[in-house]
Amino acid sequence: MNNKIIYMDYGATTPVDKDVFKEMEPYFCSFYGNPSSVSAFSLEPKMAIDKARSRVAKAINCKREEIFFTSGGTESDNWAIKGTAFAKRKSGNHIITSEIEHPAVLNTCRYLETQGFDVTYVPVKKNGMVDLDYLEKSINSKTILISIMLANNEVGTLEPIEEIGKICTEKNIAFHTDAVQAIGNINVDVQKLKVDMLSMSAHKFYGPKGIGVLYIKKGMKVDNYFHGGEQERARRAGTENTPAIVGLGKAIEKSNSSISTETVRLKSLRDKFLKEVLEIHGTSINGDLVNRIPGNSNICFHGIEAETLLMALDLQGICASVGSACSAGSLEPSHVLMAMGLSEENSRSSMRFSFGSSTSEQEVENTVKALKEIIRNIQNV
Amino acid sequence: MNKKVVVGMSGGVDSSVTAYLLKEQGYDVIGITMQVWPEDEEFQERENGCCSLSSVEDARRVAYKLQIPFYVINFKDIFKEKVIEPFIDEYLKGQTPNPCIACNKYIKFDAFLKKAKELGADYVSTGHYSTIYKENGRYLIKKSEDDKKDQTYVLYNMTQYQLEHTLMPCGTYKKDRIREIAKEIGLNVHNKKDSEEICFIPDNDHGSYIKRERPQSVKEGNFVDDTGNILGKHKGLVYYTIGQRKGLGIAFGKPVFVKDIKALTNEVVLGNEEGIFKKELIAGNLNFIPFDKIEEPIKVQAKIRYASKPTEAMVYPLGEEKVRVVFEKPVRAITKGQSVVFYNNDLLLGGGIIENIL
Repeated sequence: MNNKIIYMDYGATTPVDKDVFKEMEPYFCSFYGNPSSVSAFSLEPKMAIDKARSRVAKAINCKREEIFFTSGGTESDNWAIKGTAFAKRKSGNHIITSEIEHPAVLNTCRYLETQGFDVTYVPVKKNGMVDLDYLEKSINSKTILISIMLANNEVGTLEPIEEIGKICTEKNIAFHTDAVQAIGNINVDVQKLKVDMLSMSAHKFYGPKGIGVLYIKKGMKVDNYFHGGEQERARRAGTENTPAIVGLGKAIEKSNSSISTETVRLKSLRDKFLKEVLEIHGTSINGDLVNRIPGNSNICFHGIEAETLLMALDLQGICASVGSACSAGSLEPSHVLMAMGLSEENSRSSMRFSFGSSTSEQEVENTVKALKEIIRNIQNV
Repeated sequence: MNKKVVVGMSGGVDSSVTAYLLKEQGYDVIGITMQVWPEDEEFQERENGCCSLSSVEDARRVAYKLQIPFYVINFKDIFKEKVIEPFIDEYLKGQTPNPCIACNKYIKFDAFLKKAKELGADYVSTGHYSTIYKENGRYLIKKSEDDKKDQTYVLYNMTQYQLEHTLMPCGTYKKDRIREIAKEIGLNVHNKKDSEEICFIPDNDHGSYIKRERPQSVKEGNFVDDTGNILGKHKGLVYYTIGQRKGLGIAFGKPVFVKDIKALTNEVVLGNEEGIFKKELIAGNLNFIPFDKIEEPIKVQAKIRYASKPTEAMVYPLGEEKVRVVFEKPVRAITKGQSVVFYNNDLLLGGGIIENIL
């Protein structure tokens, strides 16, 4: 099975880019020294990490010392939110986030609710855009942190981060954004966005899994999350994952350098895909048509269970994704689509196709063809 | 093109070997585990129960080993609606339902079959020990080669359409042989113990389960005798079933048995053992397999529960919807809500739900 895969799930993860892999390779078996050791042998990995840090800083327009390597998006989100909450609990206990955040943010906030914090979950509009009025009105004297994602992982909607950044600056509230789905897909400038903290994860932009970054603006008060050694300027303990850090650095540099051309290419593929899929009776698009990361389409196939569609596509070697899977692997309706006002039924009928570096026109055509066949078959049962 | 079959894989040895056998027979096999329980961490933590998290992982490992595609589908809502809720409701009405029969009728051979067809499959398959075959243009079911494992009792509701699209390769093997095959092909599940309890109540304590689900509906009441004399207090109707002797919680100085459960008055009637032997019952919700209905009385062997021995009986039609079953000799603890299932030797004729005991 699975001889020829059509991969339409770049939003879930991406393959490691060959150049990225090449840069990582020497740091497994050759330059394996512990970057925190004193020996000359450790200088090579230490400098490699330094270079990676510079590359990340350059990519998001911040200082090197504002970049902290973590184990991925989930750790970065946990650190930013819990670290800020605990550091600032004397000045307040109110946190604002949105209903459509990734579980790494939502469940962290829910945990904090059990620790004496109050959390406001801001609703979103039909297009998946956070309701700014609601957000502003939710701010009170106890508000210490706002965490809103930059791009939604399911529908790709870009949130009004700059506006929220302005509000936070005015009111002196810490502002974190989960940019896991955005980095590599759009240009991100932390100065322009006025964010204090930003999470990213390498495997979403052709880097390896298990490595991420938390950007923490200088001067921000954030408690440590991992306690232990003095790594990462004593902010994040644990021996540095040198090859992965090197990979992340190369991956962000490489994907950032091709954003403008890739955006045009992916948008045109997506528009072709949408045009043809929407010709199928009973389909509609979820999310915003303009403010959206380029490779994302999320489509509702009314009256058809996306679970079935997903399996039927998979049997033909086409990978896409649906809502969220529970620990056993069965699917639950998406909290994001429900927050956008879709019924449970329509939410269960929706599916994400996310395009990336290897997506071709031929693949798009084959996917549409397969979809049409599968839907015809389902309707004949 | 090969015929395509979706195997319902529970992670147990029977359905695992089913997938293997069908693959050997040249089918394109897809493995699917139906996730049927509502979200409940306690369930997910439990080991070995059918469809628990660890069972899903077992099924996935087997599928990987056999190199077949594998998925988990979410049937929680429909399972709750069609199996769990009616199960609870019937217990609260003083009956003793068999949820496997409801699951086969509404889930495995209905919703699951539909799902399989939507995936472009020709058949579903399960690890049931019974044999489906075609004779004179009609699909029939006969008992398994392994009399001890025979599962035809829970299959009497199958329609011709369902039988046409169902494969049960285990029926021609003995259980021991199925385990041997599993071992031969290197499946770790070869020595997994058989699941005999109700899958969504792994500790087998259905009374406590219902009490947890519907705390308001399970009420204490009286044990009474035939004439209505109060003999003591019971914990709630759902804790009892006809013929039960153990766990009544009271010493009577002589063996007593649950003789009847009266939902209307919330009473459990106790009596001596002779009182629970009966000869006649009325059954409804009928289905027949070799024919659509019966118009004349027929002579059968009838089983009144999964584990009971068949008893010679006559089945008399009562209009279109019901039958009266008269046993040759009295049988022990006929129970409302259970199914009475009819056989002609090895051939499964059909059955229905026991509605009344005469």
